[in-house]
Amino acid sequence: MSNAPAIVAAQTPVRRRRVALLELARKNRGVVVGLVLVGALFLAALLSPVISPHDPIATAPDEAYLPPLAPGHILGTDELGRDQLSRVLWGARVSLPVAFVAVAVGLVGGGLIGIVSGYAGGVADLVLMRLVDALLAFPALILAIALVAALGPNLRNAMIAIGIVAVPVYARLIRAVVLQLKQMEFVVATRSLGATPIRLIVRHLIPNLMNPVLVQLSLSAGFAILAEAVLSFLGLGAQPPTPDWGQMITIGRTFLPNDPWLAIVPGIAISIAVYSFNLLGDSLRDALDPRLRD
Amino acid sequence: MTTYVLRRLVLMMPVAFLVTVGVFMLIHLSPGDPALVILGEDRTPDAIAQVHRDLGLDRPLYVQYGIWASRIVRGDWGRSITTHEPVWSAITDRLPATLELGIAALLWSLAVAIPLGTIAAVRRGSIVDRVATGVAVFGVSVPNFFIGIVLIFVLSVTARIFPFGGYVPLAQDPLESLRHVALPAIALGTAGTAINMRFTRSSMIEVLNLDYIRTARAKGNSWRRVVFIHALKNALIPVVTIVGLQIGGIIEGAVVTETVFTWPGVGRLAVESIYNRDYTVVQGVVLLAAFSYMFANLAVDLLYGWLDPRISYA
Repeated sequence: MSNAPAIVAAQTPVRRRRVALLELARKNRGVVVGLVLVGALFLAALLSPVISPHDPIATAPDEAYLPPLAPGHILGTDELGRDQLSRVLWGARVSLPVAFVAVAVGLVGGGLIGIVSGYAGGVADLVLMRLVDALLAFPALILAIALVAALGPNLRNAMIAIGIVAVPVYARLIRAVVLQLKQMEFVVATRSLGATPIRLIVRHLIPNLMNPVLVQLSLSAGFAILAEAVLSFLGLGAQPPTPDWGQMITIGRTFLPNDPWLAIVPGIAISIAVYSFNLLGDSLRDALDPRLRD
Repeated sequence: MTTYVLRRLVLMMPVAFLVTVGVFMLIHLSPGDPALVILGEDRTPDAIAQVHRDLGLDRPLYVQYGIWASRIVRGDWGRSITTHEPVWSAITDRLPATLELGIAALLWSLAVAIPLGTIAAVRRGSIVDRVATGVAVFGVSVPNFFIGIVLIFVLSVTARIFPFGGYVPLAQDPLESLRHVALPAIALGTAGTAINMRFTRSSMIEVLNLDYIRTARAKGNSWRRVVFIHALKNALIPVVTIVGLQIGGIIEGAVVTETVFTWPGVGRLAVESIYNRDYTVVQGVVLLAAFSYMFANLAVDLLYGWLDPRISYA
C-alpha cells in the first residue's frame, strides 16, 4: 500500500492524467490483461442467466458425478447432478456483488474517515486514527470471521464484515494523500480564494484521490473475493443451494478421492477471479509509480 | 532506545483498549440472547435470569466491560460456554500445534522465497524473473484452503506420500511429525512465499544498484560472493518486516488451513467454537490473534532499527 502513486497523482493535473492512464494501459501489458480478465468476469456475472447451459440449482440425480467433458456438461456435474459450468458462472454473480458491496463499504467508510482526519487534523484526526489503528490491530480475516460469527452467518453479513475490514486501509491511504494535497499550492490558492471546505474537498481533493484509490479498489476487490470464499468455505457466507464458489469447495472436498473436480473447478474459478483483480491492481500501481518503472 | 520502546508501549495503550472493547462487544453484536444459546432447550425464565446474573448480563454495559477486562488482565479469560473448560487453557493446549504449523509454513516460505527472489533480482527481466514474478502474483491469489485440497488429492490420496490430516507432536516423533506437518505447511506458506519473494526481489534490486556493491565488485570479489554475502544481508532487512507480520498473523492463516487438514490447533478451535456459538472461546482467540499481531508489529519496528542502525528512534 505504497503512497507513491498518490504523490504522482497529486502532481499531475486531472485531465492530463486520464490521457496518461490510457497511455500506460497501452504500454503496460499487465493492465490490459487485468482489464480483459476483470471484464470477462463481469460479463460472466452479467450474462450467466443467458449463457449458462443449465439451471444452476436444478438437481438431476441420474446425472450425478459426471466427469468433465461429459456430453452436455463440459465441467461435469456435482453430487446432485447440477451442471458445474452453470454453477461456476452463476458463482460469479455471487462473488462479484459481494466484492462490489464490500469495497463500497470500505471506500465510503474509509474515505469519510480519511478525508475528515486528513483535512481537519487535530483532535478529530487523533481520535479517528486510533479507531483505525484498533481496526488494523486485528488480522483482516480474523476480524471478518469474528464479525460474521457475531452478526450471523449469511452473505449480507459477510459483505458488511469484509467491508469493515477494508475501512482502515482506505482511511489510512486517503488520509495520507489528503495530507500531501493540503500542502500543495493549488489547494492553498483555492482556499485563499475563499472556497468552502466542502467545495475544496469535492472539486479539488476527491478528483486527485482517484489514482491511488483506483489501485486500492482493484486490490481490495481481490481480497474481498478471497475473503468471501473463505467465509463461505467455513460455512459463514453463502448458504446452500446458492451456487457459491467457496461453498462448492466445501461440499466438493468430501468427494475428493473419487470426484476431485467437484472441488478443483470452483477452486480454479476463485483463483482466476482473485488473480484478475490482483494483476490489475498490481499493474496499475507499477504503471502509476515511476519508481517501479523500468 | 528504552525511551522509544516505552513511548511505543504508551501509544499502544489506547489502541489496546479499543481492541478489548471491540472484542468485548462481539458477544453483544450477536443477535439473540447468549443465555438461550447456553441453555438450549432447557430454558425457563428463572434459568435465563440465573445465567444473566452468572454472566453479569443484567448489569450496565460499561460495568460488564470493566469486570471482563479486569479478569482478562488477571489471566482469567472465562470459561467455554459448551465445555466449561477455562478458555485460557483451551487455547494454550492447542497453541503448540498451531505454532508448529505456522513456523513450518514460514520456514518453507523463506526457503523458497529468498533464493528465488535473489535469482529474480540478479537476472532481472530474464525468463526466470518473469516466471517467478508471474507465479508470485498468482500465489497470492490462490486460496490456501484450495492449495490444501489439491495437495491432499495429489500427494496424499493419489500418490500416498504424505498422510492426510492429523497431528503428531514434534517431541513425540520428530520424523512422523514432519511428515504430518508438510502438506498443511506448504498450503499455509504459499501466499507468504509469494509475498516474501516479491519483497526479496525488489529489495535486492535496490541494494544491487548501490555504490558499495560496485566497490565490492571492483575490489575483485566474485559476483556470487557480492550477491550472497554483501547484498543479501542488507536486502533482507525489509523482508524481516514482512516476516515479522507473518509471525503475528499465524493464527489468522491457521483458521482455514487447520480446518482443511483437521489440525488440532487454535484456528480450528475458533471455527468449532463459532459453529457451537461458544462466544467466550471465540472472544479469547480473537483477542489473542489481535494482541499477537500488535506485538509482532512492535517487535518488527524494534528489530528493524537494530538491523539497520541508520534508522533513528528519535
